[in-house]
This record gives sequence, structure tokens and C-alpha cells, in this order.
Amino acid sequence: MDKIKTLVRKEWAEVFKNKMVFFTVAFLPLMMVVLPLGILIGMGGAGESIPSDVGEMPAQFSAFCREDLETGECFQVFMVSQFMIMFMIVPLAIPATIAAYSIVGEKTTRTLESILATPITTMELLLGKSLAALIPAVAATYIAFGIYAIGVWVIVRDMRLFTAMVDARWLLAVFLVGPLMALMAVNFSLMVSSRVNDPRVAEQLSMIVILPVVGFFLGQIAGLFVINSNLVLITAAVLVVIDAILVYAAVQLFQRETILTRWK
Amino acid sequence: MIQTENLTKKFKTVLAVDNLDLHVKQGEVFGFLGPNGAGKTTTVRMLACLIGPTSGQARVNGFRVGEQDIEIRRTVGILTETPGMYDNLSAEYNLRVFASLYEVKDIPGQVEKYLRMLGLWERRFDEVGTFSKGMKQKLAIARALMHEPRILFLDEPTAGLDPEASRLVRDFIAELRKEGRTIFLCTHNLDEADRLCDRIGVFKSHLLVVDTPARLRAQVFGRKVVFHLRQADQALADRVTALPFVSETKLVDNKLLATLDDPELHNPDILRLLIGAGADVQFVGELRHSLEDVYLRLVKEA
Repeated sequence: MDKIKTLVRKEWAEVFKNKMVFFTVAFLPLMMVVLPLGILIGMGGAGESIPSDVGEMPAQFSAFCREDLETGECFQVFMVSQFMIMFMIVPLAIPATIAAYSIVGEKTTRTLESILATPITTMELLLGKSLAALIPAVAATYIAFGIYAIGVWVIVRDMRLFTAMVDARWLLAVFLVGPLMALMAVNFSLMVSSRVNDPRVAEQLSMIVILPVVGFFLGQIAGLFVINSNLVLITAAVLVVIDAILVYAAVQLFQRETILTRWK
Repeated sequence: MIQTENLTKKFKTVLAVDNLDLHVKQGEVFGFLGPNGAGKTTTVRMLACLIGPTSGQARVNGFRVGEQDIEIRRTVGILTETPGMYDNLSAEYNLRVFASLYEVKDIPGQVEKYLRMLGLWERRFDEVGTFSKGMKQKLAIARALMHEPRILFLDEPTAGLDPEASRLVRDFIAELRKEGRTIFLCTHNLDEADRLCDRIGVFKSHLLVVDTPARLRAQVFGRKVVFHLRQADQALADRVTALPFVSETKLVDNKLLATLDDPELHNPDILRLLIGAGADVQFVGELRHSLEDVYLRLVKEA
């Protein structure tokens, strides 16, 4: 356990000196919070300024309409929800940025061989690297969501609207799906980082993990589906399976000998 | 301490290490010499359990390679050929990380001990990226020693260092030898190997020869004694050549070179002959071939 703690602290000490990583961890969540809140402010607080006769709403709009909400308010909830999907990039992008560098970084600094020469097991090494990427991602996601929730309340000051914008669907998404997504990003990035020799390639490839979120975003805009609690739970179940496969694959792909001898 | 038996490593079609049989004794400095690509680093990596052998066996500190790797890693230290450090972290932090990974109990104590010993204590809070190559190398040696390993693998410890830094590292290795540690030294610096090593193994995929530097010289070139004479001639050289224990003589200016098996035993006989023949002997010394000559001859013949 001490070795894992040491690795996590070392990773943080090293990685957060990198301005790009620090920017990703600190500013990406803030940006993702500021955007929906900005939209909310721009749309005029509780939505009185939006006329209720905006026309017949398409299905993807009306799905956000609770009986106690007016049309303008539904529109607000829909817009904020769109940005909330993008908010789910946070638990993917942060760990991908950190984990992508973790193994390939050790290769480029030529410290990997020295690390592998210590009595550390592959599991301890990968766990340390994973947690170093996972913890900041989950923490940043939770904190950012907290800021978002407070921001929503400050802006709308209406329990109906607040509970529509910070509802069970998003609580599940952030607190359940968020960590599962982060774990997926970590393991995928670790696999990439183990196999490539260039940190830039590792970062670019690791960012592939955000594509599903973009897919959700576009899918909802196009009216292909509406994100509701059921879909979030199904997504969580699928992620559990994907994570289990990725953890297994990451351990299997981390071949000490191959990594040492193929990398020049 | 280190025992290998038919240790072999093959990478696809390349046979990097071929049936290596080696025995390194406790407390000795063993020089492992060989040309680039000979398989030295591969051997060290196998013995430090970084990579597995294709076939054969090895024991390090009594533990079997491939079966007790964690135990081996706990008791050996390794200075890799290109030892990287975390450049944006301090020297002290770098050592603390590795001390922890090596399960050191008194981490601050060990870190301080080696930073002081290697003259880096005053710079302990500086980022390693600001260090000179020599300082980084010393730090890497400190890292390899954090857990007080009984066996130390040093792969080119003075490569790329200036003479002063090289000297410092060599002196430090000599100190470690006094402490009774076993040191497995891979180097291209043959002068360094000559000065530091108790025994030397010349390696090119397989082990060509293992012996002390002095015996290797004698084995490859024989032992040559130079008699500096005021006046030498061929007749005198022929009389020396006729002695039964002299295998060869050569006359260069007024210097008579005699090749013989046991100079300590037979030099007085030659001296008596020379003086009896009226020669003025000014000086007698042994012609010492450099280890480089020995090495090049061995590798070329291989």
C-alpha cells in the first residue's frame, strides 16, 4: 500500500508541474460549469423572458418538460442538459490526460527501467498509476458538479427548476457513471501509454475515449434518444463490463519485458 | 552470489546471450566486458529480473531468477546504462520515491546518508533537471543503493562523465567494494575495469574468458621482461634465447625483451647471464600490456 501511495504522490508531484495537465484538471471542469450556467443566465434566470408560445416543441425538447414547467422553462432545462452531457467529458479528459503520460512519460525520462527494477509488482504499479489519474478526475468532476448545482440555485432560485436541472438523472450520471467513465479512460490511456513511445501520440490516442460522450451529445440533439435515468443506468451497467475488460486488458498488455526491450 | 548455468536469451532470431555459465563470488568486483551489442545489458537485465531468460538458470543472492524475482529485486541494486531521473522533482524527492519502492524503513536517514556521501546534500532541494551529468550519475548511484543491496549492477557507470566525475564515481565504487558488496560492472572503459575489477569476463554473446586482469595479460600475451642495457647486440640476445625458460626474445634499440612464464623465478638467472657476459644492465622492468590490448585480441580472435 505504501508503494501505491508513493507512486500516486510522485505522479501528482510530477504531473501537476506540467501546465497543460494542470490546465486540463483545473480549467476544463470550470469551463464545463461556466457554459451551462452562462446559458442559464443568458436565457434570463427562471425563464420568464422566454415566451411560452415558442411553438410546438420537438420530442427531444418535450422529454425534458415536466408538468409543472412552462415551455420556456422546458427549453432552459433542455439547453442546460445538452451542456451537461458535455460536462461528462470532464471525468474522461482529465484521467486520459494524466494516464496517457504515465507510462510513456517514464519511458521518455528513462525512469521506467529503474522503477521496474524495484520490488514493485505490476498490479501495484498499475494501481498507483490508475489512482493518480482517477482521483483528480473524480474529485474535479464532483467539485465542478457541486459548483454547477450551487450556480443553478443562485440563478434560478426556484425549486421546480432546480430539481429539473439537478435531477436524479444527472446525479446518477455524475456520481455513478462519472467514476466508471474515468476508470475506462484511465485503463484505456494506460494501455495506450504502455504501447506507444511518444507522449504526444499517447495523448492524442487517449482522447478517443471522449467520442462516446460526443455521440450522446449529438444523438440527443438529433433526437435519436433522450438521456433519462434508465439510459444512465444502462450506460453504467455497460461501463462496468467495459471497465472489467479494460482492467484485465491493461494488466495483460503491460508486459515488462516487451516494454523494456522494444522501446529505444 | 551470482551463478548462471546455460543462461540464454533469444529475441526472435537474435541470440543475445548464449549459454552463459558464470560464477561471481561474494565481495568481488566483476568486470563484464564486451563490444556494443554483445549482450551485456541483456545479461544484467536478466540477473536483475527485468527480463526473463529463454532457457538456462540463474541464482542471485541464492534466489532463482524467474521464480523469486521480487526477492532478488529486494537485494540487488541497478544502475542502468542511461539512468533517468524525474528532472522536475528535487534530488531528495527522487531518492525518497525509490527508497519507498525499495521498502526502506528509515527513508530520511538513508536519503541523507547517500546524499551526503556523494556530495549532493547541499543541492538536495534543487530540481534534478538543473544538475550536471556527473551529479545525475551520482544521484542514480545513490538511488541504486537506497536499500543497501548486497549486489550492485553497474552498467557503464562512468560513460559520458568528465575525468573528475569519473574519478569520483570510481573512488565511490572502490569504497563500496571495501564494504564487501558484490559489484557486477559493465564497462567499455578498460582502464577503469583494470583498476577496479578483481576478475574480468570478456563476453560476446557467450563468455570468452574469465580471469584476473594480470592472468588475462599473461594468458594472452605471455609475460615480457625488458632489460635496458647500455649496449646490446644480437649475440647477447641469442644467448638469452637459448635459456630453456625463455620462449622468445626481441631486441629493440638497446632494450632486450624476453618472454618467459615466471619472471620472478627466472629474472635472476637472466641477469646473471647478462652480467657474466659483460653487459651493463641499467634497468629491469616488466612490459605491461594494457587491458585494452588483451581485450581487443580476445574479441578479435572470437
